[in-house]
Amino acid sequence: MSVLTYLIPISLFLGGVGLVGFLYTVRSNQYDDPEGDARRILSDEWDDHPKP
Amino acid sequence: MSTAFGPQLAACPGCVAAPNGAVEQAPTEARLALSLPSIHCQACISTVERGLNAVPGVRSARVNLTLKRALIEADPEVRALDLVPVLEQLGFEAHELDLSALGATETDRAGRELLMRLAVAFFASMNVMLLSVSVWSGASDATRDMFHWISAAITFPAILFAGQPFFRNAWQALRVGRLNMDVPIVLAIVLALVTSLWETSLSGEHAYFDAALTLTFFLLAGRYLDHRTRAVARSAAEELAALEVPRALRLDEAGQPAEVAVADLAIDDRILVRPGGRMPVDGVVLDGQSELDRSLLTGETLPVFAEVGSLVSAGEVNLTGPLIVRATAVGAESSLHQLADLVAIAESGRSRYTSLADRAAKLYAPGVHILSALAFLGWYLFTFDMRVALNIAAAVLIITCPCALGLAVPAVTTAASGRLFKKGMLIKHATALERLAEVDIVVFDKTGTLTNGNPQCDDFDQLSLPDQRLAYALAQGSDHPLSVAICRAAEQAGIEPALLTRQEEIPGFGTEGQHGGQRVRLGRAAWVGAAPGQKTAAYLDRGDGAPQALTFSDSLRPGAAAAVEALQAAGKDVWLISGDTEGAVSEVAGRLGIQNWMASALPQDKCDQVSALSSAGHRVLMVGDGLNDTAALATAHVSISPASALDAARVASDIVLLGQDLAPIAEACNVAQKATRRIRENFRIATLYNVIAVPLAVAGLATPLVAALAMSTSSITVSLNALRLR
Repeated sequence: MSVLTYLIPISLFLGGVGLVGFLYTVRSNQYDDPEGDARRILSDEWDDHPKP
Repeated sequence: MSTAFGPQLAACPGCVAAPNGAVEQAPTEARLALSLPSIHCQACISTVERGLNAVPGVRSARVNLTLKRALIEADPEVRALDLVPVLEQLGFEAHELDLSALGATETDRAGRELLMRLAVAFFASMNVMLLSVSVWSGASDATRDMFHWISAAITFPAILFAGQPFFRNAWQALRVGRLNMDVPIVLAIVLALVTSLWETSLSGEHAYFDAALTLTFFLLAGRYLDHRTRAVARSAAEELAALEVPRALRLDEAGQPAEVAVADLAIDDRILVRPGGRMPVDGVVLDGQSELDRSLLTGETLPVFAEVGSLVSAGEVNLTGPLIVRATAVGAESSLHQLADLVAIAESGRSRYTSLADRAAKLYAPGVHILSALAFLGWYLFTFDMRVALNIAAAVLIITCPCALGLAVPAVTTAASGRLFKKGMLIKHATALERLAEVDIVVFDKTGTLTNGNPQCDDFDQLSLPDQRLAYALAQGSDHPLSVAICRAAEQAGIEPALLTRQEEIPGFGTEGQHGGQRVRLGRAAWVGAAPGQKTAAYLDRGDGAPQALTFSDSLRPGAAAAVEALQAAGKDVWLISGDTEGAVSEVAGRLGIQNWMASALPQDKCDQVSALSSAGHRVLMVGDGLNDTAALATAHVSISPASALDAARVASDIVLLGQDLAPIAEACNVAQKATRRIRENFRIATLYNVIAVPLAVAGLATPLVAALAMSTSSITVSLNALRLR
């Protein structure tokens, strides 16, 4: 049972990382133009992040 | 219209989030927005961005393909009007957008907030579910208690954050003494949390932490879907409004025109209206002669002559000559806005329509509370054990909780609106689809709705070749719609214009010139000395004193015939009510096979006719575009207006048709009927599941595992049923 004392915090932590990552993408306007972003990948012009 | 675009010096909401100090630079740059309806691929994005960035003064340009819009940051002296031709040269249609009218869609704060809460609820419910599964599969004693305590530690903060929309709504409803869907939701969540905590502290077997969280998650998903549907409609509607940048030319004391916003005009201002411009105010003509296109206001297709002393109304289009107008009514007093009262009265009538969801909630909320209270009372009297009674009451509330009900409507309307949006229809009103499904009579307006409002020359081919060439040459000298129609007909026939000298346009009358030593004229009947006939006509005077009439008829909008046919095939009555003359209306009605038609209808007549049909028990769909339709649009059970309609008409209608084609109207009725059927099915699924689950809960057999299973299955069934609409 002592394995639980590691596993539960680890699972919570990993889930939390996912959550924080998602919140970051929402906050940094990454869902403003889903259609355009899907097509910009084909462009030769580097466009690492949306302009402010 | 010649307009100047004042630089928008608003700090961009994106900059607030950006780490660099872009905000400080804001006062020295202009933010412009252009609507780009024709872009669709990666190559378009690159071309547009490269083209815009090459313009001197443009600092950065970014295309948003989802919104089909370009946002440009530039030096203050760059104007949107200078950028439009650049894009047109690259082969893209571009329109200036009024950024201040767009403001609200820039950041979708409410949507973002819901999305965050949804993410938190999802994260917490997944983790708590893991722990719960261990409990259900046999964890016992100290392990179970530990799992319950960890669940509680995750659940409380998560619900506190994610459940806020429900808490807020429920509190607002309770404060004014009403019950809404959120009250049973909040009660169930709170009761579940309290009893679970109590059970956990007594190291009991059953805790409902996972149920409370999945409940919040499913309901938030419903809310988010609902919000997305409305946000898409709202942003498109705002874009339509932003496309009209209202400006007027005011004459100062020296007689110099200066551009001002329409909102700044006052009574007695002198305003210059150029040919092609729209009247910004009601007024009296002080100087000039011209013809006015009143089709949006009255439905007449034939232009009306205006001279000094004529009264003009806001919304009319000046066709041939410049006019100086003294304003007699501006803003809210102008005739454009006077119908607003009529609309407001009609709107208040319409808001009495309660949606299926509201009707269901009204039955549901008290029912659930009574049931749960009865279960509590019954078990307490049976066992005299507070703990058991409270547990069962909580189980009843959780298991009946409206996950499925909360998803039933949003999931269906999202699927249906998405499908209609792809066809070019914008659902503005929340209950529009449900109302559209009940329609049995469709009333069309003529000018601008069934027809383009662009006349077509009927008997151009019957003129002799020299006359055709003469008419073409004269027509080239004017922008009058009839002249444009003649030019179009001549270009189709591949004719060269005759040679004319001293050609000039006499505003309000027509054009004249010299041809072979004779004075030739093309214009109004009285001016060329002909007897006016019934139909819309222009008269060609070849200088021999025998004017030749050219008659015109309105061309049908694409899809008009298909729409009327499909609606009639679906068993709906089609009516045509227009403000135009009898001849023109009967002709269009004949062409489309519409039996019921009414001509020369005043705005009030249209409205009365629609209410008469409604009080006879019919559900009327009104399709119209002009100011004369506005009251009827608001009175009808449900209404559609094309995107080319006046702003007032678009505001009054429930659905906006984005494209030129009318054919989607029939499709929309069909989709609406299917959507309503799905919503009813979803309610039936939810009821069926309650019929099975509630007795279990009341009998005390609903363990947290049963509750979780039942709740998820019903929600998923309802969502899948909605997806069948796609």
